[in-house]
Amino acid sequence: MQFSEHWLRSMVDPDLTTEALSDLLTMSGLEVEACDPIAPPLDRVVVAAVLSVERHPGADKLAVCVVDAGEGVPRTIVCGAPNVRAGLRVPCALPGARLPGGIEIAVAKVRGVESSGMLCSARELALSDDHGGLLELGADAPIGEPFATWYELDDHRFLIKLTPNRADCLSVLGVAREVAALTGASLVPPPTTAVAAVHERRHPVRISDTACGRFTGRVITGVNPSAPTPEWMRRRLERAGQRPISALVDVTNYVMLELGRPLHVYDLDRLQGPIDVRMGRPGEKLELLNGQIIDLAPDLLCICDDRGPIGLAGIMGGESTKAGDATCNVFLESAFFAPEAIAGRARRLNFTSDASHRFERGVDFDNNLDGIERATRLILDICGGEPGPVDDLKSAVPVRAPIAMRPERARRVIGMPVSDADMMAIFERLGLQPRAGRDGVVHIVPPSYRFDLAIEEDLIEEVARVHGFDRIPAEPPRAPARMLAAPETQRSLHALRAHMADAGFQEVINFSFVDAAWERDFGAGGDAAIALLNPIANQLSTMRTTLMGGLVANLKFNLNRGATRARVFEVGRAFLRDASALDGPFAVAGVRQPQRIAAAACGPLDEELWGNTRRNVDFFDLKGDLEALCAPLVPRFTPAAHPALHPGRSARVELAGEVIGWVGELHPRWVQDYQLQLVPVLFELDAEPLQRLRFPVSAEVSKFPAVVRDVALLVDESIHAQDLLDALQIDRPASVSSLSLFDIYRGAGIPEGRKSLAFRVVMQDTQRTLTDVEADAVREWIVSILNQKFAAEAR
Amino acid sequence: MNEQLDPIVAQALAQFAALDEPAQLEQAKARFLGKSGAITDLLKGLRDLPPDEKRAAGASINLAKERIEQGLNERREAIARARLEARLHEEALDVTLPGRRRGAGGIHPVIRTWQRVESIFRSIGFEVADGPEIESDWTNFTALNNPENHPARSMQDTFYVDAKDASGLPLLLRTHTSPMQVRHARTHTPPVKVIAPGRTYRVDSDATHSPMFHQVEGLWLDEQVSFADLKGVYTEFLHRFFETDALRVRFRPSFFPFTEPSAEIDMMFDSGPLKGRWLEISGAGQVHPTVIRNFGFDPERVIGFAFGSGLERLTMLRYGIGDLRLFFEGDLRFLSQFG
Repeated sequence: MQFSEHWLRSMVDPDLTTEALSDLLTMSGLEVEACDPIAPPLDRVVVAAVLSVERHPGADKLAVCVVDAGEGVPRTIVCGAPNVRAGLRVPCALPGARLPGGIEIAVAKVRGVESSGMLCSARELALSDDHGGLLELGADAPIGEPFATWYELDDHRFLIKLTPNRADCLSVLGVAREVAALTGASLVPPPTTAVAAVHERRHPVRISDTACGRFTGRVITGVNPSAPTPEWMRRRLERAGQRPISALVDVTNYVMLELGRPLHVYDLDRLQGPIDVRMGRPGEKLELLNGQIIDLAPDLLCICDDRGPIGLAGIMGGESTKAGDATCNVFLESAFFAPEAIAGRARRLNFTSDASHRFERGVDFDNNLDGIERATRLILDICGGEPGPVDDLKSAVPVRAPIAMRPERARRVIGMPVSDADMMAIFERLGLQPRAGRDGVVHIVPPSYRFDLAIEEDLIEEVARVHGFDRIPAEPPRAPARMLAAPETQRSLHALRAHMADAGFQEVINFSFVDAAWERDFGAGGDAAIALLNPIANQLSTMRTTLMGGLVANLKFNLNRGATRARVFEVGRAFLRDASALDGPFAVAGVRQPQRIAAAACGPLDEELWGNTRRNVDFFDLKGDLEALCAPLVPRFTPAAHPALHPGRSARVELAGEVIGWVGELHPRWVQDYQLQLVPVLFELDAEPLQRLRFPVSAEVSKFPAVVRDVALLVDESIHAQDLLDALQIDRPASVSSLSLFDIYRGAGIPEGRKSLAFRVVMQDTQRTLTDVEADAVREWIVSILNQKFAAEAR
Repeated sequence: MNEQLDPIVAQALAQFAALDEPAQLEQAKARFLGKSGAITDLLKGLRDLPPDEKRAAGASINLAKERIEQGLNERREAIARARLEARLHEEALDVTLPGRRRGAGGIHPVIRTWQRVESIFRSIGFEVADGPEIESDWTNFTALNNPENHPARSMQDTFYVDAKDASGLPLLLRTHTSPMQVRHARTHTPPVKVIAPGRTYRVDSDATHSPMFHQVEGLWLDEQVSFADLKGVYTEFLHRFFETDALRVRFRPSFFPFTEPSAEIDMMFDSGPLKGRWLEISGAGQVHPTVIRNFGFDPERVIGFAFGSGLERLTMLRYGIGDLRLFFEGDLRFLSQFG
């Protein structure tokens, strides 16, 4: 909502500076987004009358003018404007004036004639781009008065960001009403006196659908459609952001901005038969004023005549009956349409209009007559014509149910002891006509222009708002001091993040929607990826099923900017279509949205430093990071293929029998396609299983020394270490406290296709020292099991 | 006797002093105290002395022996000390060389803010909730008193996904963190005191808007939690978050479908580059009775406040970051500053 300060002050003029007025509006909920002067200051520019004009003796195109600038003694001013003539009133810059373009006016000789000032065009005063000639002022412009005052240049343009509930403030009158309530200044609404009919011409209207609650109409005959819109109205419209179009259209826009009352003007002679307000029918079409041709539907309320739809009720008129240059007789519409019949329709048709913006939020259903009378008066004044009688049809205007507000509840919600009397005074000032009932309860019937008052809370809000939010205290609340403690066996996502950061990974945040190509290349979910219906860009069109794509892009971004190594991680959700996912307190049916933790690294394992390892990060580095992240949980790794990963260098990660993710080297194909100079290794895990820790259980520590045996075995290259370790879990002797693989050897002394694996077994008994014989027996057990199952030979 | 002994002792001490090797020192010791050493010889000669001299001579020899042993020990220690000195000197490092390390990682600045916000609110007993990011229309809008076609819906441009809920409405990316308060409240009983940080999405992308961003939602419901309490809690939060009391906070009336009275919260620093400007920091208000009812509570009994703030906004103001896009580019040069 945009309007000029002068216009507002013509209805309510509190004793406040522009800045104070702006603050007042902002602090009452009408947020002032901008409040700018209409024009830069124009000192020493006054209204002047051109008394006489003579040709300049030395230049054909110049004139020597005698000008009365209200100083008693006329001035001589040389002027080159084509429209200068005796009797004209124009802005005149006196010597010493500084114009917006930086020109300083001084007494000067122009081709031998002394000129003491300058007559100005609109452009020279930075009012518009018009430099066709002098800015012509009306004959009533007072000579000698500062031009800025006369032209209302001391005005400000207010731009208010209205919240959707305050449709009542979509007009200058609405804002003025608010200012009056907040300041106590008196409100002077514009005159809406009834204009008597001078003939009996009417146009018949039928309301066939109650979505049209009221239809008020009037015929005006014999108007001059090309009469110019007066300067004062143009000025107010322009400062309200409306481009003047033609007198008839300007009047309807003016009344809409002034009273918040949308109107429509039909060319009476182009209406064919009675107006019928009804819902659209399938197959019907309508050409709107903006040139758009739309297909009508049964939920689009239409204004129709005998030919069919001629306008979209409350949204936009139609091309076929619009008032134009040749219009002579008009029919004025001042209607009420139910917000729910208008809401969302314009947006569906991909446009918005001032009328739909207002009707979908709620238009006063009691000012139809005010609006039509005000518009009639203005049309008669500007375009002439003869009014007929007003027809006022009602079908179903909203019924305002009374609202009861308990002052006690208001105090409880606001948290401040506002007195009953103060609350009554606030409602009085808002013009809500409160009535005190039993037990101090206040009863109010909301006025026709307030669509935001329906329940007790709405009134409590009015109390808080008008009383002033800044007067409500801000004190620390009192509440029982209950303790909150997270379960000991629960690890937070932040703890996982801290672990990764400590391990040298930088956290990143990537968009949850990604390029569909990433999903195709890195996603393991098949068709589990969910597409966005309205993506912001093609490369952000699919919900990610994996975090890998984003991390690979992060590595590439940094390598391309000179990084030689990069280690990143992200914690965030993946999104997978899953028909088996059910609705739950924290779940949405059909979609799984697990939190994931993923990491990627490439380049040297360590920073380049005098004593550090100088090799690139590899599978086992990242696997180690993963194991450290899981600790004390111990994941299992199974060789398996993943579309993103090198098939010989990737593993599925399992925890307690549940698949929780993947680790591996990026597939060479993607290293090439994504033009990566270094080979990334990655892992991605479901975070939730890592958050569940077991409760620690204490066991006796043996007082007897442990016995250690090492066993080296030859096996085929193709045998996986995990399989050997698994085999040793079966029937494991009770004395074995740990069993690990500590060395791998290939080369001299080892046959081709074989490798030597060295295991270390630690044995201990809590009651006694184990004998060498017992320890050797365990060693033999290992050799024999692995020999049976994997043809392993002891070395 | 002493005339005999003193030169021996002096000789022994002089020999010890000239030696640096422990083995040579032991050989020297043998020359005086060994089986055929000078002192041992004298002791052997005692038996030839008369008994009255024997005692005095014996005492003198023993004294000399003790002096030699003491000298020997002192020399042993001196050699050991010198050897240790030499070794320590040899082993000295240039301790000013940088220590071995893998290189620092770090937490993302927005997450840093998230964690600080959590810890501030936890300190007065708020729980932390989580919830899905692909949401139903009901949870994101309708439960929050924002029905279909309501003009307030256009306040938030919504991403929809190619999946539908049970009533046939398309699922969407949550436009705010408020659906988490719906889910949390519906599974708890008052007092409900929770914050819900997380990712949110809106169809908007320019210098000051990202299609994905983070919010933190706060909700406190009980029997007497008022708008004044909201002012108290949020004002103190800002003072603690920015670690200064030199900032002003104002609440001005606004509109959200899910709160009433509703407020926009602005803050202004008293110093620094942003000094003197009101900065929008949060939307808040008393939870609307319809929303309380949708939580499953009785609005006559349960009242309270909710607020929602942008984590990027808080982060930018806290660390003086000028460009929102930096958060999502993954540029390690930028991110590593917050480690």
